[in-house]
Amino acid sequence: MPEPMTPLWEVFIRPRNGLHHKHVGSLHAADASLAIQSARDVYTRRGEGNSIWVVPSAEIVASDPSSGKEMFDPADDKVYRHPTFYDIPDEVGHM
Amino acid sequence: MYSQGLIGADSRTEETQEFLDAFQARIDAEEKIEPNDPMPEGYRRTLVRQIGQHAHSEIVGMLPEGNWITRAPTLKRKIALIAKVQDEGGHGLYLYSAAETLGVSREQMTEELLSGKAKYSSIFNYPTPTWADIGAIGWLVDGAAIMNQIPLCRCSFGPYARAMIRVCKEESFHQRQGYEIMMQLAHGSKAQKDMAQDALNRWWWPSLMMFGPHDADSEHGDQSMAWKIKRFSNDALRQKFIDATVPQAEFIGLTMPDPDLKWNEDRGSYDHGPIDWDEFWRVVKGGGRMNRDRITARKKAWDDGAWVREAALAHAEKRAARKVAAE
Repeated sequence: MPEPMTPLWEVFIRPRNGLHHKHVGSLHAADASLAIQSARDVYTRRGEGNSIWVVPSAEIVASDPSSGKEMFDPADDKVYRHPTFYDIPDEVGHM
Repeated sequence: MYSQGLIGADSRTEETQEFLDAFQARIDAEEKIEPNDPMPEGYRRTLVRQIGQHAHSEIVGMLPEGNWITRAPTLKRKIALIAKVQDEGGHGLYLYSAAETLGVSREQMTEELLSGKAKYSSIFNYPTPTWADIGAIGWLVDGAAIMNQIPLCRCSFGPYARAMIRVCKEESFHQRQGYEIMMQLAHGSKAQKDMAQDALNRWWWPSLMMFGPHDADSEHGDQSMAWKIKRFSNDALRQKFIDATVPQAEFIGLTMPDPDLKWNEDRGSYDHGPIDWDEFWRVVKGGGRMNRDRITARKKAWDDGAWVREAALAHAEKRAARKVAAE
């Protein structure tokens, strides 16, 4: 009988207080507490962070890369969402 | 990463010339390829093979050095060696994760290593009989690995490139601690210096073989270069390694075991003697001193750990069931 697979987890680490948790990689673990312990050993051996999140990989919902263009192109022609779209005379100073 | 969703999925692609051209255009534009992007089946297979082999090398590579943890000469050397071996384990895990994004499972890769179907770097099939071997491995074997791995940080496959960036950051300590061991031995008693030279004599040629066959004989080179999995040819990287390490040996008064080694003023590089490729292929095909021991050790670790994996999964199931019951 083939061995049951140990679930996969995605690991997020916050490098220091005030920063976002950032995805750093994945690992296999039987449950959440083992995933946290393994994440500490695998991804923070040199003070890379002070907080870890683990999320079951199967729970991640991702946008479809093959429809990436249609998904994101509505923002492409909206230059008026950027500050540089508006002309303000230099005399007004920094704004 | 999207690995879980991809495992077992049919990743075959319609490989029309149009598809291949579009893929190549993305590669040529230096776009990173991510796991769920369309890719030629050959690209996927090459990466599974290469990343898997790389991961296995990290894990098997823990064995020759682990051999000396209990016998390291000082506490300083011992903690450094433990940290290094632990790093190699971590590197293996980063790489297995990268390979898994391509739809191959960890269990499958482990099975292929244990059955001998998957290869690992043949350098680890040499024994480590003396403490100086630990110095030579750090300096030369990790040094050669760094030469190979730095260009891989720019590999076209995103997860592999990202794993390599982490690995390269950590690898530099490995090489420095190895060279420091060699330096200390080379400056020690006659017996210590002889031990250092003996280790260099045994590790030099296998280290040069780590870069793989000459370009003319390399079966996967051209396509890998076109797909930007590989950025430099085997011979170019090997030459870079020789040019970097020969002065390092001279600095500590050791001599490379190659009577033909000499500086070539015109090329601005060292010329070297012929590499014994028969030995290389013999070791790759299982004829090295340690091939059998390495796989036996990995198999024992896997089998002895079976009850831990089972218990952890059973515990997780029990806790999950208890939580459902309480809700």
